[in-house]
Amino acid sequence: MGNKSILVVGGGISGITAAVEASEVGYEVFLLEKRPYLGGRVTQLNQYFPKLCPPNCGLEINLRRIKNSPYIKFFTQAEVEEITGQEGDFTVKVKLSPRFVTDKCTVCGKCSDVCPVERTDEFNYGLATTKAIYLPQSFAFPFKYAIDAQACPGVQCGKCVSACPYGAIDLNMQPQTITLQVGAVIWATGWEPYDLKKLEQYGSGHYKNVITNVQMERLAAMNGPTGGQILRPSDGKAVSKIAFVQCAGSRDENHLPFCSGVCCMASLKQATYLREKHPEAQIYIFFIDIRALGRYEDFFNRVKNLGNIHLVKGKVGTITEDPGTKDVTVQVEDQEAGRLLNETFDLVVLATGMDPTSKYVPVDLPRTPDGFIADTVPGIYGAGCVNRPLDVAGSVQDATAAALKAIQSVVGR
Amino acid sequence: MAQKIGAYICTGCGLGEALNIEALAKVATGEYKIGVCKTHEFLCGPEGAAMIKEDIEKEGLNGVVIAACSPRVNTDVFNFPPEIVYDRVNLREQCIWCHPANDEDTQMLAEDQFRMGIVKVKEANPPDPYKVEEMATTVLVVGGGLAGITAALETAKAGRKAILVEKNDTLGGWAARLYKQVSLRPPYNELEDPDIRIRIQEVQSNPNIKVYTGAKMEKISGAPGMFTASIATKSGTVTERVGAIVLATGAEPYDPTKLEGLGYGKYTNVITTDRLEEMAAKGKIVRPSDGKEVESVSFILCAGSRDPEHLPYCSSTCCIDSLKQAIYVKKQNPQAAVYVFFKDLRAPGFHEYLYKRAQELGVVFFRTESPKIEEGANGLVIRAKDVLVNDEIEADGIDLVVLATGMVSTASFGEMMLSAAEEEEDKKGSGIATVRPDTYFKSDLLNLDYRQGPELPMLKYGFPDSHFICFPFETRRTGIYAAGSVRAPMDMQTTIRDATGAALKAIQCIELTSRSVAVHPRVWDNSVTEFFMQNCTQCKRCTVECPFGAINEDEKANPLPNPTRCRRCATCMGACPQRIISFKNYNVNQIGNMIKAIEVPEEDEEKPRIVVIVCENDAYPALDMVGINRLTLSPWIRVIPLRCMGSMNLVWISDSLAKGIDGVLLLGCRHDEDYQCHFVKGSELCNYRLSKVSETLSRLALEPERIRFETVAIMDYHRLPEIINEFAKEIEEMDPNPYKGF
Repeated sequence: MGNKSILVVGGGISGITAAVEASEVGYEVFLLEKRPYLGGRVTQLNQYFPKLCPPNCGLEINLRRIKNSPYIKFFTQAEVEEITGQEGDFTVKVKLSPRFVTDKCTVCGKCSDVCPVERTDEFNYGLATTKAIYLPQSFAFPFKYAIDAQACPGVQCGKCVSACPYGAIDLNMQPQTITLQVGAVIWATGWEPYDLKKLEQYGSGHYKNVITNVQMERLAAMNGPTGGQILRPSDGKAVSKIAFVQCAGSRDENHLPFCSGVCCMASLKQATYLREKHPEAQIYIFFIDIRALGRYEDFFNRVKNLGNIHLVKGKVGTITEDPGTKDVTVQVEDQEAGRLLNETFDLVVLATGMDPTSKYVPVDLPRTPDGFIADTVPGIYGAGCVNRPLDVAGSVQDATAAALKAIQSVVGR
Repeated sequence: MAQKIGAYICTGCGLGEALNIEALAKVATGEYKIGVCKTHEFLCGPEGAAMIKEDIEKEGLNGVVIAACSPRVNTDVFNFPPEIVYDRVNLREQCIWCHPANDEDTQMLAEDQFRMGIVKVKEANPPDPYKVEEMATTVLVVGGGLAGITAALETAKAGRKAILVEKNDTLGGWAARLYKQVSLRPPYNELEDPDIRIRIQEVQSNPNIKVYTGAKMEKISGAPGMFTASIATKSGTVTERVGAIVLATGAEPYDPTKLEGLGYGKYTNVITTDRLEEMAAKGKIVRPSDGKEVESVSFILCAGSRDPEHLPYCSSTCCIDSLKQAIYVKKQNPQAAVYVFFKDLRAPGFHEYLYKRAQELGVVFFRTESPKIEEGANGLVIRAKDVLVNDEIEADGIDLVVLATGMVSTASFGEMMLSAAEEEEDKKGSGIATVRPDTYFKSDLLNLDYRQGPELPMLKYGFPDSHFICFPFETRRTGIYAAGSVRAPMDMQTTIRDATGAALKAIQCIELTSRSVAVHPRVWDNSVTEFFMQNCTQCKRCTVECPFGAINEDEKANPLPNPTRCRRCATCMGACPQRIISFKNYNVNQIGNMIKAIEVPEEDEEKPRIVVIVCENDAYPALDMVGINRLTLSPWIRVIPLRCMGSMNLVWISDSLAKGIDGVLLLGCRHDEDYQCHFVKGSELCNYRLSKVSETLSRLALEPERIRFETVAIMDYHRLPEIINEFAKEIEEMDPNPYKGF
C-alpha cells in the first residue's frame, strides 16, 4: 500500500511554494524547516528585484495559504535524519529540536528583558545580537519566542521562567524524533552565501567594512540592525562611497566556477538602496558581465541612469584595509580604461555567490561537481536553489514544477 | 443572517488589565442582546477553544465573534465548521498594543471594534458554494513545441487527460529544428542530440494525450471546469470540453530585416541563428553565396535585443545559442576563426561551463558596441567600437555573419487592442484619476469568447507575463496559464520547468474548481457573487472593472457572471453603483452597517471619528506590526479590512459622512506600473473611484480633504503612525462633520 503524502524539506520560498502548490491540488503535505520560523532567506531580504517590493508581502499571502490549508502540517526546528524506502513508500525520521517555549507564549517580551545572555543574531547575519531567548524576527511565523540552546545556560539560570507571566517556558523540553510515512520527497533547503573566509584576497572577513550582499540587505532593512540606515559597521558613519564587487567567489575556478545568476541584479538593486538613503553617494560596481536577463534589462537601464553610478568592467584583485581609518581600498584592472585602479571606499559589498545546501541531503543522489542535485531518483526531487542558482521568481517556478513531479510519484497509490 | 451568536472576549495578553472587560461585554449583552457572551483568560488555550466549540454544539450557535488577538495568529485554534460565520476583533495588536491602557479613548475604540465585529457576523451567512455540473477535467494545451509538449506530458503523467493543439503539421516547434542542444547534465559543456524527438514519441504513445496537428483554436468559451473549445482542424471544427488551459505558443525570432547596418537581406552571407541551425542540421556549415565551407564566422549578439529601437529587453537565450553554434563551427573546423561580438556575455548558472568550453576551443570574444557590417573584397567586414580597448576594431574577410536575433512573443502579433477603456469618458482636467487600460494583441492564439478580449492581457513588450515575483504563474484569466517563451524569454531548461509548473497550476485549478473554491490568492474561499438583477442599470462597471475578465455581458449589457472564473476580490461589488452585487459573507450592506455601528460622540466632546478602510493583505498586517513594535496611533481610528481595495464601494463614504464620521482614510497597495495589489487592479480602481467623490463632497459643503487614499506596503508600518496621526491632526483642525447627530 503506497502513501499519498508528500514531504517538503525546507521552509524557504521554494519549500513553501512546493508545499502550498501540492496541497492546493488536495495532497497531504508535511513541511519541515530547520529554523524556528518559516520563510527562509527571503525573510532576510529588504526588497525583491526588479519591483523593489517587500518579500513579506508575498510571504503574508503564502503563510495565509498555509494557515488556511486543510492539508499542510508544518514543523519548525525540524531536520531529516534518515530517509528509507522507495518511491510511494518512504519512511522519514525527523529530529525536532526543542524550542523551550510553548504555545502559551504571547510575545510579551518579559523573558528577553531579564535574559542575561547575548547571542549572535543570525537573522541579521551577525550584524547584531539578541538575547538567548528571542523573537527570531518581527514577522516570524509561528509568532513565538524561541531559546537558542547553544547560548542559554539552561535551568541553572531560569530567569526567563520566573519572568514569564504565562508559564510558556519549559527549559526541560527534550528533542524528539518523529517518523513520517510519505510517498514522495521534495528537497528545498536552498543555499548558503559562499563562505567569506575562503576569499583571502578580499580579507577573509577580517575587514569590518567589507560586508557581503546578504548583510547589505539587513543594513537596508527597516527591521534590521540599523533601522534601515546604511551605516558602515566599523564606526557607524553614513556611507558616501561604496563599491560592489561582483563575482566574489563566483565564476572563479578556485571557488564557485559557475555563475550564481542573481548577484548582478542583487547589486543593482542594492545600488537603489544607497541612492534612496544617501542620494549623493558615489556607487561603483566592478563586474565581468552584467547579467540582467529578460525584462530585468529594464531595471539595469533604470539603475544606470540613477546618477553617480560607475560601472567598471574588471574583476577585483585584492581589497586592503587602512588599519587607522578602516577605509577599504579595491585594486582592480579597469579593462575599459586599460589601467590598474586603486580606489578607496567607505564600504565594500561582496556579491558572494550561492553555495548549494544539497550536499547535506541524507540520500545518495546524483550531485554535480559543485554539489547541486544533478538528477532525481524516483520519488525524490529537488526544488529551487538545490537544483541550480535561481532568483526568487525562478525558485517559485522550479518549486511549482517540483510539486507536480512529487504528485506524479504518489498519484494512483 | 447569523441568528444565534456567541461573543467571546479574551482577557489574556494584558487585555484584562488594559480594558474594562465588563463594559465591553455589555456591548454584546446589552446593545446587541447576545445571549452567549463569555470572557476567558486564555481563549486560545485548549480550554478556551473547547468552550467555544462546546457552545456551538450545545447552544446551537451559527455565528461566533472572538475579541482577542489579530486574525493573523492562532488561526489553527479558532477554526470552525463552514456553517459557522465568525469574525475576529483585533483587540491586541491593533488596540492595546498601539493605544494607552486604561484610557477612555482606548476603551471606546475596543467597544467600537467589537460592535463592528458583531455586526459583521450578524450580517453574514455561510456561503452557498457554486457546484459545476459535469466538471470537465481535461487540460487543453495550445502550442506543440517544447513547452506545450512538456505541459501535456507532465499533465498525463499525473494521471490527467490532456489535449495538445499545434498549428503546424508536426509537433516539436522550434526545438525540432535544432541540430544539437546544450546538455543539462554535468559537465554542462557538451552538446547532445535534441531530446525533443523522444518527447514527441512519448506524447504520441501516451493514451492520456489527444493531439491535433495542423489545428488552431477557433473559439474558447466558458470558464474553468467548463470550457468549450472549438478547434479548427483540417477535417473541420472539433469541439472539446476542457477544465483548464495552458498557452504555450512560444516565441518567434525578431525580424532581421528591421536591423539596419547589419546587412541582413543585403549580403547573402549574413544569416540568423535559425538559419545556421538549419544548415548545421543538414550537415555542413557553408557560405550561402558559394557553398564554401566556412573558415571564419562572426556571431553578432543582441541583434535587436537590448536595443530601445527594437527589443528593449534581453532575449535571455541568444548568448547560449551563439556559444553553442560557435562550438559547431569549431567542431567542424578547429582552425576556423570564430568571433563573438557581444555587449555582456550572459551565460547564467551552469551555462558558465559552456562559455568556458567555447573559450578553450579558441572562440574569440569582443565586447563591443554598435557593430556594422559591410562587404569587402575578401568577404564581410565587421566594424565596431571595442569597449575594452576603447577603439574601433575591424574584422575582415569573414565568410559568414550570424545575427542572434532576439525572441518575440507569439502573443504580441496582431492588432494591439485596449480593453476596459472604451467606456471611459473624456476626463481631462476633471481631476478624475485615470485607470491604465489593459492591452492585448489580436494574436489569434486562444480566441476567448470573453467580454474583455480574446487573448491574455500583456504585461510588457507583448509578453502576457505575471507581474508578481512570488507568483510567476499568476494569470489575468483564471484557469489559463501561459508557459514558456510566450510569457517571457527563457532557455530550454527553464521552459521545461515552466511548462511543468503551468501544468500543475492547470490541474490545481480544475481540482479547486471541482471543490467549489477559489484559486490563488483567495484559495479555499467558497463564497459566490450574487447579482440582484432587478436593479441592474446595465452600466457595465462590473464587466469593465473585473481584473480577471470573469463577467461577460449579454446583448443588452446585462452582466453574465462566471463563478469559476471569479477570484472573490469583490472588485465588481465595489464597482456597482446600484449595489446589486454581494457575497453571502461579504457585502455592501454589511460593511455599511459596520460603519453605522460606530458610536459617534457629540460635537462638543471633541472626539472625532475616522474610518480607516484597509487592504487585508498588506495594510492590515502592517497595522499589526505597528502594535508589535508598540508604536502609537491616534485613538480616533476605526479599522475595517477589505478583501481588496477594489471592493471599496463609494456608498461607504456616504455612510460614514452621513453618520457624522469626520474623516475616511483608505490604505491600499501600490498601484502604479510596479503595482503590488494582489488582485492587479483593485487598489488602482479604488483610487479612481475616490477621485470622483470630491465633487459630491463639495456639493454637501464638506471638505474633500476628509477623504484620503494612501498607498502602503506591508513594511511601511513605521510610516503608518505618521500617515494616520497626521491625517487625524488635520481632521481635528477642521470643523466637526456637520452631519453628526442627524
